[in-house]
Amino acid sequence: MLLPLTALLLGLTAAAFALGRGRALAVVQGNASLLHSRPAYYGQWVALWCALPSFALLLGWLALEPSLVEQQVLSGASQEVRGLPAERLELFVSNARALAEGGVTSTVPDDDLIAASERARRVTGAGRWLLSGLVVATAIGGLWGARRRVSRELRARNRVERIVRLGLAASSGIAILATVGIVLSLIFETARFFALVPPADFLLGLEWSPQTAIRADQVGSSGAFGAVPVFAGTLLITVLAMLVAVPIGLMSAIYLSDYATPRVRAVVKPLLEILAGIPTVVYGFFAALSVGPVIRAFGERMGWDVSSESALAAGLVMGVMIIPFVSSLSDDVINAVPQSLREGSLGLGATRSETIRRVVLPAALPGIVSAVLLAMSRAIGETMIVVMAAGLAANLTANPFEAVTTVTVQIVTLLVGDQEFDSAKTLAAFALGLTLFGVTLTLNVIALSVVRRYREEYD
Amino acid sequence: MTEGSLHTSDAAARKLRKRYAAERRFRLYGACAIGLAMGALVLLLVTIAWRGVPAFFGHEVTIDVDLDAALIDPEGTGDPEVLGRADYSGLVKQALRAEFPDAQGRREKRRLYALISNGAAYALRDQVLADRTVVGTTFRVRVPLSADADIYFKGGVDAASAEGDRRLNDDQIRWLDRWAALGKVENRFARRFFVGGDSREPELAGIYGALVGSLWTLAVTLLLSFPLGVAAAVYLEEFAPTNRLTDFVEVNINNLAAVPSIVFGLLGLAVFLNFLELPRSAPLVGGMVLALMTLPTVIIASRSAIMAVPPSIREAALGVGASPLQVVSHHVLPLALPGILTGTIIGMARALGETAPLLMIGMVAFIVDVPEGPTSPATVLPVQIFLWADSPERAFVAKTSGAILVLLTFLVAMNLVAVVLRSRFERRW
Amino acid sequence: MTATSATQLRSPLYLTKLTTRDLDVFYGDKQALFSVNLDIRKNQVTSLIGPSGCGKSTFLRCLNRMNDVIESCRVEGKITLDGEDIYREGIDVVQLRARIGMVFQKPNPFPKSIYENVAYGARIHGLAASRPELDEIVTSSLQRAGLFEEVKDRLEEPGTGLSGGQQQRLCIARAIAVQPDVILMDEPCSALDPIATARIEELMEELRENYTIVIVTHSMQQAARVSQRTAFFHLGIVVEEGETPQIFTDPKDPRTRDYITGRFG
Repeated sequence: MLLPLTALLLGLTAAAFALGRGRALAVVQGNASLLHSRPAYYGQWVALWCALPSFALLLGWLALEPSLVEQQVLSGASQEVRGLPAERLELFVSNARALAEGGVTSTVPDDDLIAASERARRVTGAGRWLLSGLVVATAIGGLWGARRRVSRELRARNRVERIVRLGLAASSGIAILATVGIVLSLIFETARFFALVPPADFLLGLEWSPQTAIRADQVGSSGAFGAVPVFAGTLLITVLAMLVAVPIGLMSAIYLSDYATPRVRAVVKPLLEILAGIPTVVYGFFAALSVGPVIRAFGERMGWDVSSESALAAGLVMGVMIIPFVSSLSDDVINAVPQSLREGSLGLGATRSETIRRVVLPAALPGIVSAVLLAMSRAIGETMIVVMAAGLAANLTANPFEAVTTVTVQIVTLLVGDQEFDSAKTLAAFALGLTLFGVTLTLNVIALSVVRRYREEYD
Repeated sequence: MTEGSLHTSDAAARKLRKRYAAERRFRLYGACAIGLAMGALVLLLVTIAWRGVPAFFGHEVTIDVDLDAALIDPEGTGDPEVLGRADYSGLVKQALRAEFPDAQGRREKRRLYALISNGAAYALRDQVLADRTVVGTTFRVRVPLSADADIYFKGGVDAASAEGDRRLNDDQIRWLDRWAALGKVENRFARRFFVGGDSREPELAGIYGALVGSLWTLAVTLLLSFPLGVAAAVYLEEFAPTNRLTDFVEVNINNLAAVPSIVFGLLGLAVFLNFLELPRSAPLVGGMVLALMTLPTVIIASRSAIMAVPPSIREAALGVGASPLQVVSHHVLPLALPGILTGTIIGMARALGETAPLLMIGMVAFIVDVPEGPTSPATVLPVQIFLWADSPERAFVAKTSGAILVLLTFLVAMNLVAVVLRSRFERRW
Repeated sequence: MTATSATQLRSPLYLTKLTTRDLDVFYGDKQALFSVNLDIRKNQVTSLIGPSGCGKSTFLRCLNRMNDVIESCRVEGKITLDGEDIYREGIDVVQLRARIGMVFQKPNPFPKSIYENVAYGARIHGLAASRPELDEIVTSSLQRAGLFEEVKDRLEEPGTGLSGGQQQRLCIARAIAVQPDVILMDEPCSALDPIATARIEELMEELRENYTIVIVTHSMQQAARVSQRTAFFHLGIVVEEGETPQIFTDPKDPRTRDYITGRFG
């Protein structure tokens, strides 16, 4: 139903363009120079009047349809069904819809379900016909109304351009919309979570075992949601990653900017960028398959107790992934230090390394600190490497050879797989997500302000 | 002060030597750092290539199957339905028993059957349906070996180790060696890796479904992020007034660029799936999530491309009476296009490799069918890699590595296109 | 050192600190200096004048081998410091630059405190064994650069916070702290106002007592004011060289006369 409808609308829009343009030419008996704007603009104007209202109506309907269907399904349902708790109700409704569309359901359909799906099918069917009618009517109405108003003096180009500019502005507004969407959805779900688990327990609790009731009628949860071990795990792996990435990244940047010949630089810089381009799932696979076992074998040879999912394995590989972040940002700031400072130092008889260590690096320090903060933010938010190479059990430790879990791993584990519509468990993931978002945002803001505040140092 | 003695004395010379030693060490650290980084890269690529290339090849064995008409089509109808429903698996087993009559007892026979892939029956059936005349003959057919047998021929089984430690016991190895000695085993290019869908059997698993899913997802991502991103960039560069609202928008864009990808997944879950009730696991939703992620990249790249077009061009166009919008669409955008496209391609390449947000919106199920459109359930290549990496079967290691090689090839190709585009078409003002 | 005595026999009234023989300098394929022969005398101010682009700065930068920093620059010929060829194989550039200091056209103090700016050179060359010694070096350098009185109460403040003239004097103090024999100045006053310029010109006269100074300047008046000897560069060659009063009142070469009288430049 949808596809032909959209095709029809597009066809009407094209027709609107042709008719509008034709009308414009007709009004001046073919003498286009008498028109205010070029004929094409009249066509565009009529087409916009045809397309915009109808597509808006279509999208709006589609967004509201699910709630409408749900309401219909439930209104006719039996008392028993309506008495189900929220999560089971959701399952019932989505099963009904799935059945109506000919898909699979999670349980064998019983009479209630079949009846409900019938209602869903009727509502959707009738609704879609009504929608089609309305939409086409709007399109034709817009077309006809606009066409009538085509005249010689009509400033078609101005009007069209105003609409286009509004569209452009709206596009840039999507960025705000996205941020608002993220923040709101995270906050909303986290609020629901905190209704079940007190914030203090979450932020300060030391035990993380997010088990919740298996049966839906068990109110509340029997698990612990103290996220401190999870935060600690993220911290441990991030620190390990930074220990790898910062020295290597910084020294690479220094070597490339002050010691390497242009040819070496031209070869090595792109190669370092490749490290940034490798998908993280590949890094995760490498960590789990190659690095983890090697570390384990090494540890066993030494007589230590090393897990095969050690934090070290994940941290090392994540460090490698982050090297280009540190090196490329540092490279930019180091190059931005004016040559006159280097010459001043060299003129006093300093060696190149002394010049770098005592003049260039201190001058570039704010930028380097900012780069490290941004790299840290990236490490904290990284998911696939830790999902594949780090553990699932929360473990509050500073030992890199043990397995720990991180915020991102927990978000994935809690939400992927059998979603049992268990509130606390699923919502905990959103609480973790909000924390993650907040921390990375703070780091980024600090990084930016550090750079901005010290920018005037040597201007 | 005697002439220059302060700097030319022995004491000064000693200090100088120490300083030069420090200089050499420092330089060495830098070179070592680069060496370590490069070494890690090479190690990663070599390890994956080493494990992955064998996935592109699979061993097959040629056996003779007695296509007994009495078992396949007893009434001689020649009806495809009848032919299709015959027990080809049984026929294959029979052929195996004929090859190795020394296999006695149920356990031994089961081990014998375990040498051939479960897909052999389907291969046989397809051949029969293609050419019905073979019914009633002894048909020579090439069938894929099971994953364990395949690994054996790829050198992955240590025949000298204790029998309990291996996946193939002595009998099985003996049978396989016999086949090899008779020249019946071939290592052929595994087309089904590229054109087959996912499967529980490692030797039959292919990436085609995931590839198509990735294609649909990227298509949606491109369709959404390119127009919106370019439109936003045009607005911000050419039309936006300098006020707090515009600053706010820019700040938002920069922040979005740094948000971890998993948070976008959470957004997709909460809004697109739960609120808008769009279909789970569909490339449509995956594309929408990835579009939001890629939007900042496209906007930022487009902005710098647009900014690079010199004001003189704009002034010249305005001078001949073009409206600001016409200036942009007729003059600025065409000139900025190479830069915009470069940025978009790079953004798409990043989106192709993304996994975490798609896990959140459910593209993590075991999907065998090739997705038909943006609303059918699908998975993408990185998620496929993730799923296979989780599988315990050893043979999936090779598959995962092979899939990674395919993914990396796509990424390299896309980045090369972007680089070539940039160097050949970008104008230096 | 060795060759000093030889030059002393030739000209007993002065000592030669630096000599240049048949100096050719190339930037890639382009030749910037042609067969320059010039002597710089000890404890005198020698100024290099000439229109822009004639090679004065290039010449100056050869003296402390700052041109080594530029990839495409090639130097042929001989430059000696106290008789020793500074482009010889095995010469320590770091040591050379400790003996020949440089002040640049645009003041370039490090983004450090005033104290640290001056102490920098002394630190890296290990000229002070203790903090009091370092303090002494910093104080005396600032005094010799005529800046001490103005900054003695705010040594911890950043050097970049000073005025242009003060920054340049800071750079001079910084160079002095390394205790060089020679100070090269590349148009040191071109970015400064007249009062700051005058201050620095005064300074040069005071510094002459202890240091040999070579200054590149585009201002003939300045050259006439501060230097004892002047060399006129034009299109990469030394057209004329001699006592400053003589160059400015009775130049021998017509090109010199034209430049002095403002016919071009």
